[in-house]
Amino acid sequence: MTENINGVLVFVEMVDNQPVELGLEMLGLARRISDSHGGTVTAVVFGTNLEGVGDNLIAYGADQVLINDNVIFDNFHAEAWLPDLSKIVAEVAPAIVLIGHSLSGTDLAPRLAFRLDIDVATGCESIEIVNGRPHMTRSCFGGLAREVVTFNKTPAVATIRSKTQQALTPMMERAGEFKFVSSILDLNSLRSRVIKREREKTVGVKLESAKIVISGGLGLGGPEGFNTLNEIAELVDGAVGASRAACDLDWCPRSYQVGLTGRTVAPELYLAVGISGASHHMAGCGNAKTIVSINSDPAAAIFKSSRFGIVGNCQEVMPALVEEIKKLKA
Amino acid sequence: MKIVVCVKQIQNPEIPPVQFRVDEEKKAVIPVSGLSPVLSPYDEQAVEAALRIRDAAGEGSDIEITVVTIAPAGARAGIKAALALGADNAVLLSEPTFDGSGGYVTARNLAETIRAIGDVDLILTGRQAADWDAGVVGLGIAEILDIPAITFACDVQVTDGVVTVQRVLEDGIETVEADLPALVTISNELGKVRYASMRETMRAAKKPIRDWSPEDIGLDEAQVGFKAVRHVLERLYIPINDIECEYIEGDTAAEMAASLARRLREAELV
Repeated sequence: MTENINGVLVFVEMVDNQPVELGLEMLGLARRISDSHGGTVTAVVFGTNLEGVGDNLIAYGADQVLINDNVIFDNFHAEAWLPDLSKIVAEVAPAIVLIGHSLSGTDLAPRLAFRLDIDVATGCESIEIVNGRPHMTRSCFGGLAREVVTFNKTPAVATIRSKTQQALTPMMERAGEFKFVSSILDLNSLRSRVIKREREKTVGVKLESAKIVISGGLGLGGPEGFNTLNEIAELVDGAVGASRAACDLDWCPRSYQVGLTGRTVAPELYLAVGISGASHHMAGCGNAKTIVSINSDPAAAIFKSSRFGIVGNCQEVMPALVEEIKKLKA
Repeated sequence: MKIVVCVKQIQNPEIPPVQFRVDEEKKAVIPVSGLSPVLSPYDEQAVEAALRIRDAAGEGSDIEITVVTIAPAGARAGIKAALALGADNAVLLSEPTFDGSGGYVTARNLAETIRAIGDVDLILTGRQAADWDAGVVGLGIAEILDIPAITFACDVQVTDGVVTVQRVLEDGIETVEADLPALVTISNELGKVRYASMRETMRAAKKPIRDWSPEDIGLDEAQVGFKAVRHVLERLYIPINDIECEYIEGDTAAEMAASLARRLREAELV
């Protein structure tokens, strides 16, 4: 007998009035859990100009969509989002709350858990229901190990890593309902104030959606090493990433960082150039379909995860590779 | 002004992956023998953030930096390291009853310790501990103490009772401020930390370390350790995903590049 659980609530982050991919991936997970263990899938969105999002999220697997459309929620600010989200979670009373393991999600989820006196597992890669209890598998020790945890209280809050779940194919004929909720936030209650936001302009393809990612590390020898990476990215319509070490040295914008405390990518091809493959880096690219690495150290850990490898000086190999890819594309 | 920095000492996270082993039966990490524990790197940066605030206030400022740590085995390497960097004093929770990890219990123990220290203006923590990588304790302390929390800081400044934080976004930087008391979690983007000077290392040996019991922080034994843990660690393992790497050979960089490009095309990857 399958023990039923009391539904899954998915907090779907919006960017430019569109649900982020990770939100749709989590809806896929929620749908799969609910289809085998009962309960409904509730999607919750905060933002502005959210007409149309209800039908969209139902198509991706939600039974119910709660929309908090308010100018306050134009930009993410954890403290401002918490009173409404806590109230909604308490009212819906699901078995599981899923929040994206983005910087916003990791800022929000622990606050939510402590405010509701429940527990949170961050950076989860999978959730299985065993005897009616969610078993959450999460990465730890810089990506070297995995732990499986369960909680004694419900709901369980979990942040889910990008690209670990499959979004459903949207079906516009799926049934469901959406409604707008009103905010209970008292602006005077806020104790932190956002003074300024400076966003870097993204040039070219976004890292998370790129089919090909070319990442550079210390082996590039300096910031100029990123030039050949950019050239290849342009030729193959890919995006450029980097190791934490390269970002910490300011060789590239910090938004390039792939890894445990950076971005998570799962492209068809991940070309790791001068990257040793420390576990905290692999935590951000380990789900790539094919990893190809170029490194001068034959003992570099990255080769253990690579389909193809070149043991060589990437400062010599990369310019040659640019020429070869130009020939292919000609 | 009182600053508390919460720190944790862990096994060096930079060890080669082959040395990292777990005991699946005991669901625990097998310590690498002969390896000294280190301050969790994000916590080291939290100490650095506190020192930069004190530096900015100049000579003769009234800023007092206290490091707090839970180390039931009595291990003092973490706080010793923080004191050698320049923190003024430390509170240690070393009794065996504090044994038992988990974000919920840790956050409550630290929050009650901070309450017992009294009149703390600013609390700094790393964005996450570099062992379990959870990132919940800092925010938990702020929720329990009912004070504002600002996460993922790469710069922290204090002026006239207000903390101003530059925090990291996926695609930029955000400036957030809050009235003190407040809690800030520090991200690796804070940048390089200082080395412990000979002078501070010598002085550190004489700095006061208070070793507190559950009673000292107003909790009873059932609230502080294993008995209070609310999560169950069902399994701990090392995932295996080694794949066979095909090494591309060649006498020159150009040959290797040509050969790789060909293989990528054959595999329909470019």
